[in-house]
Amino acid sequence: MTPEELRRLAESHEEARPEPRHCIKVCVAAGCLSAGSDRVREALQNEIAQRGLENECEVKGVGCLGLCTAGPLMLVEPDGVMYQRVTEEDAPAIVESLGKKSVEQLVCPSDMSFFTKQYKIVLENSGVIDPEKIEDYIARDGYTALARVLEEMTPQEVIDEITRSGLRGRGGAGYPTGLKWSTVAKAGGSRKFVICNADEGDPGAFMDRSVLESDPHRVLEGMAIAAYAVGASQGFLYVRAEYPLAVKRLRTAIRQAERLGLLGNNICGTTFSFHVDIRLGAGAFVCGEETALIASIEGKRGQPRPRPPYPAEYGLWGYPTLINNVETFANVAPIIRNGGDWFASIGTEKSKGTKVFALAGRVRNTGLIEVPMGITLREIIFDIGGGIPDGHRFKAVQTGGPSGGCIPEQYLDMPVDYDSLAKVGSIMGSGGMIVMDETSCMVDVAKFFMDFCVSESCGKCVPCRVGTAQMYHLLNKITSGEATMEDLALLEELCDMVKYTSLCGLGQTAPNPVLSTLQYFREEYIAHIVDKQCPAGVCQMRQ
Amino acid sequence: MNQPVRVKTLKIDDRDVSGREDETILEVARQNGIFIPTLCHLEGLTPIGACRLCLVEIKGVSRLLPACVTRVEEGMEVYTQSERLQKYRRMVLELLFSERNHICSVCVVNGHCELQSMAQILGMTHVSVPYRFPRLPVDASHERFVVDHNRCILCTRCVRVCDEIEGAHTWDVMGRGIDSRVITDLNQPWGESETCTSCGKCVNVCPTGALFEKGKPVSDRQKKRQFLPYLTMMREERR
Repeated sequence: MTPEELRRLAESHEEARPEPRHCIKVCVAAGCLSAGSDRVREALQNEIAQRGLENECEVKGVGCLGLCTAGPLMLVEPDGVMYQRVTEEDAPAIVESLGKKSVEQLVCPSDMSFFTKQYKIVLENSGVIDPEKIEDYIARDGYTALARVLEEMTPQEVIDEITRSGLRGRGGAGYPTGLKWSTVAKAGGSRKFVICNADEGDPGAFMDRSVLESDPHRVLEGMAIAAYAVGASQGFLYVRAEYPLAVKRLRTAIRQAERLGLLGNNICGTTFSFHVDIRLGAGAFVCGEETALIASIEGKRGQPRPRPPYPAEYGLWGYPTLINNVETFANVAPIIRNGGDWFASIGTEKSKGTKVFALAGRVRNTGLIEVPMGITLREIIFDIGGGIPDGHRFKAVQTGGPSGGCIPEQYLDMPVDYDSLAKVGSIMGSGGMIVMDETSCMVDVAKFFMDFCVSESCGKCVPCRVGTAQMYHLLNKITSGEATMEDLALLEELCDMVKYTSLCGLGQTAPNPVLSTLQYFREEYIAHIVDKQCPAGVCQMRQ
Repeated sequence: MNQPVRVKTLKIDDRDVSGREDETILEVARQNGIFIPTLCHLEGLTPIGACRLCLVEIKGVSRLLPACVTRVEEGMEVYTQSERLQKYRRMVLELLFSERNHICSVCVVNGHCELQSMAQILGMTHVSVPYRFPRLPVDASHERFVVDHNRCILCTRCVRVCDEIEGAHTWDVMGRGIDSRVITDLNQPWGESETCTSCGKCVNVCPTGALFEKGKPVSDRQKKRQFLPYLTMMREERR
């Protein structure tokens, strides 16, 4: 399939059916679904059928519309009105209002900074297209990047374009994507693999899930381009089994793409073949670590092994393997379409492009956001997030999940990029962002993340297996008012030891939440130990 | 024709040494009489870098690397005895002692235990973290052997020897993190295992008293490991 044929297909999709005058796009991503958006969708369809308006109005399930806190959300086109917190009872009123005055009490103001401050690349199709229709994706320039790459570019040119874009891995560590691709491309052997890491396990994070549920083809297209660039013919999508909707939509997407010759043998009539299979993970956080993920796909216990050798050299079944995160792959097609220089013009000097965050915790607007790199934390939390509800005060924001740290108020005006976050003891991570106000106890927060690491440690190496359990024990002692200053000293010693001696990333970063809360909120630890008091009134003291 | 094997020269603790390119830092150190402590490592089994006792510092590398799996490189400068490493090693041991119920005086391998002697060699005088005192079972269902989980340090030598040398794969690990436990077959009693050949290799490679033979006086509990390198060598030759 050439770009020309793709364009014709997109056009014929538009012409096949006379465009209904109205289209109600109901969010059917996991967040809104759990708030009952599927029932609302059904009620709307029934209402339209009853009034015989099938040709006038279409109800469409689309991906995430972003503002999860106000779900179920829907977008009425062409009026461009967004409705929030819609229930089944609202269906008649909404259908009645089509083309007339909108239903006032349901309107979600689209001029609020939550929407205007965002910059969407990864999520550009999210909430616009039906994730279960490949034609919708193609109508939005989908797969043109792949077709162009196969027709006009050599693998080296693709890698150069990605390198020029400055894209860095969105899984957390921020490794330069172009460099990773060229390493795998240079590795010897005719057999190579491309793996998409969709094992998102951070507490409070749902970026990858949303991308997979809202726009699965974009990830597949990115994987295919990567496979062409590095010389792989087989790909695996490693998705955790807790994401059944994402898995279902990916299966549909793979089938559709294969039918159109956009995946499988001789893609677009060229000699390039690329097959994608889905592998379900049983839900272990450590399986997000490259080598543990590989072991899991191989059918072994999901445990990491020492690196080097890195997967680029010795990966799946010993063959060179490229592993990128969902969001990284989702950035590939737009970079090819618009050029690496375009992408490099967005963001900061060392962190290019945008980043998707799952904004959660004590903010008015929780949900999925995409912002340019370099935006400040204050803009994210107060403009996009709408600030702290119920008259409370901002205290800290946790980024990077269990591997990240808490950032206090004094850094609110810091730009959000890989290096700035690292400077204050946190990380970008995959993009979880949990906002806390003064009702949060920072020791308790550290304990929560340590508890997570204890239960997610694979148990292979001693520092992570026993060290995290001992650290949790000490934190528990502190929050229950039974600790001494010696315990605090021991906790700090353990942090250092676990950080520098653990085998994989999980253990090496497990102390970060403790270290960063100790750095900025040490007085709270002291208050628990010396005064036997929890300043936030969260912890139960047994005095 | 075989590919020629390159020889690399490097420094370990400021001593000039040489090693083949396919050798690890640990192998080269041992050839030169430089002591690097290990627990999960056993010559003849696949190294896994799990116990972290063999971590070394390499000049120009910010991370600490396990000597048992890190290949030698030309011009490498390795340090095995820094104060920092010694402290971490002692802490690893302390964590291991705190994890389960290691009480040497009532242990069947008292005096022949690698964990015990490592504590002596590395100068561990006390355990600074609290003992966890888990309630763990003892499985004596096997005719000849016993597994006492209270003394297991999860080095997985038994798992590896059973899989790689005996070829039975009776042993494996179940559970995650601090709840990990070695199991026979699908967590069935050892005595009911259909795959176990009763060869006793697992018992002999076990560094502690977690796996032991029934009805022997303590003085005879020396574990015999000489067979391992021999078996591996014979296999390599045959290939």
